[in-house]
Amino acid sequence: MPAAFECHRLGKRYGSTLALGGVDLEVQPAELVGLLGPNGAGKSTLVKIACGLVRPSGGEARVLGEPAGSAAARARLGYLAELFRFPGWLRADELLALHQRLAGSDGGAAERDELLSLVGLGDAAAVRVEAMSKGMQQRLGIAQALVGSPRLLMLDEPTSALDPVGRRIVRDLLVELKRRGVAVLLNSHLLSEVERVCDRVAILVGGRIAAQGAPGELAQARGVEIDVDGGTRTYPDADREQVPEIVAGLVAAGERVYGVRVLSSTLEDTYLAAVAGDGSGAPQAPGGVVNGAPEPGAGS
Amino acid sequence: MTGALTIAGYALRESMRRRVFVVVLVLTLGFLGLYAVGTEAAFDSVSEFRGGAQVEDEVLTGSTLLGLAMFTTLFLGCVLAVFLTLGAVRGDAERGLLQPLVVRPVGRTELLAGRFMAAAGVCGAYVAAVYTAAMLITAAAGGWWPDSPVSPGLGLVAGVVLIAALALLGSIFLSATANGIAVFMAFGGGLAAGLLGQIGDALSVETLETIAEVASWLLPFEALYQGGLNALTEDARGATGVIVRLGPFGGAQEGGALLWLWSAAYLGLVAAAARLAFARRDL
Repeated sequence: MPAAFECHRLGKRYGSTLALGGVDLEVQPAELVGLLGPNGAGKSTLVKIACGLVRPSGGEARVLGEPAGSAAARARLGYLAELFRFPGWLRADELLALHQRLAGSDGGAAERDELLSLVGLGDAAAVRVEAMSKGMQQRLGIAQALVGSPRLLMLDEPTSALDPVGRRIVRDLLVELKRRGVAVLLNSHLLSEVERVCDRVAILVGGRIAAQGAPGELAQARGVEIDVDGGTRTYPDADREQVPEIVAGLVAAGERVYGVRVLSSTLEDTYLAAVAGDGSGAPQAPGGVVNGAPEPGAGS
Repeated sequence: MTGALTIAGYALRESMRRRVFVVVLVLTLGFLGLYAVGTEAAFDSVSEFRGGAQVEDEVLTGSTLLGLAMFTTLFLGCVLAVFLTLGAVRGDAERGLLQPLVVRPVGRTELLAGRFMAAAGVCGAYVAAVYTAAMLITAAAGGWWPDSPVSPGLGLVAGVVLIAALALLGSIFLSATANGIAVFMAFGGGLAAGLLGQIGDALSVETLETIAEVASWLLPFEALYQGGLNALTEDARGATGVIVRLGPFGGAQEGGALLWLWSAAYLGLVAAAARLAFARRDL
């Protein structure tokens, strides 16, 4: 079975500005991959190439085995842009009906009702887009992206305008989509959200993948803290495997142990290290990958 | 083709919902009302001075008034064509409206075709209806009919279709405002070149005629309009023919099959250029 999305040595230049400098990335079916990176890192460009909105300058990208941008590829993906807008005069149900016709979906009213319910807009089918809040429009955008049962969903900052309830709805939706076998490439600045739902994370800096792996793999051991009678003792070089030995030593020395904490870096630490380019965010666990420093002058 | 029809229906529905057609209908009825009053008064005034002159008053009055109506119809059709297409690509892309549509398998060519079908269909039907109404009003007021009643209307329809195609092509490269300005300036430039050609024809100034001819090749909607004006009085002879030709709505250039062939080829070239440019454009 082909990858839901794969790109190899994918490059893009806008004039003299490098947006992507040879990106290799794969998203497998039913896999939820988070794409992180600072503004101008090339995240949106990567997603747009996958959707056929932008032509790559080099390398190749495929969607479910089809060349990215081809009609066959576009027929199998759903997309929500970061800066999207729908015509204000359209009602929610009409918007979905329009996209059903464009996508060749024969889901009819049942599909529209289901999608609106999935994003928490079940009672807003007759509401015009211009009467919706930004958060409602964003959820409608996700419903629109799901028209035609795509096998790959490209979401560019899908929760940027959502309140906590809306984010929860989207998070649950992503889990449900994964259960249904849909692959998702989630482009987001919300690290906690990505860490919570994504199977794998790729950090894009300066148009290159600076680090990628499972969130747990990207975390780095930061030592062990142990609470004893005299306070907290810190063992900065220790890891989880050494805890029994350290505790046994303390007990043998007459200390009373009240608590043990194994410290590790968060995804945020890894992200910040990758963006800073100092390599300290390098994943230590197997499976994670860290690439070289970003090329200066990269654009979005 | 199904995708293009879907896009065309979407564009038409947008115009309906945004009350574009209501506004256009009300203002056009206002124009036709004024035209009816003015035409009636003009024919009444001319009939009082009738008295054996060599000039056919009904022909002169009717062709001048209907020529004015044709100019106004072309202008209104141009306004409609431009406003229906000026932001179709770059404008909509900058607002984030285009990307969700382009990502669908319907594709860019069908999307362009759909927008063109909607704009050309609306504008073509509009100028055909206004021209027909003006012709009927002229006939009712003064009993005058054009020598060739159909071809001027067809020329106007083809003219606004070309303008819609040019505006759509411009929308790929230019922002909505810049595109609107560019198309209106091209429209104005074409009309000015046509008038220069008429002056050149009347005074036998070859340079002015050459300018008009070149403008006609570059902007065939102007030549179609001039050909239509010419067809209004194509059978007029003697003093009447001369005076009509010297007037602002005389139509110095004849249409002919070559013009229609070139207009069709021009439309094909504009369509090919738009398709190529849109296919290569990053959104």
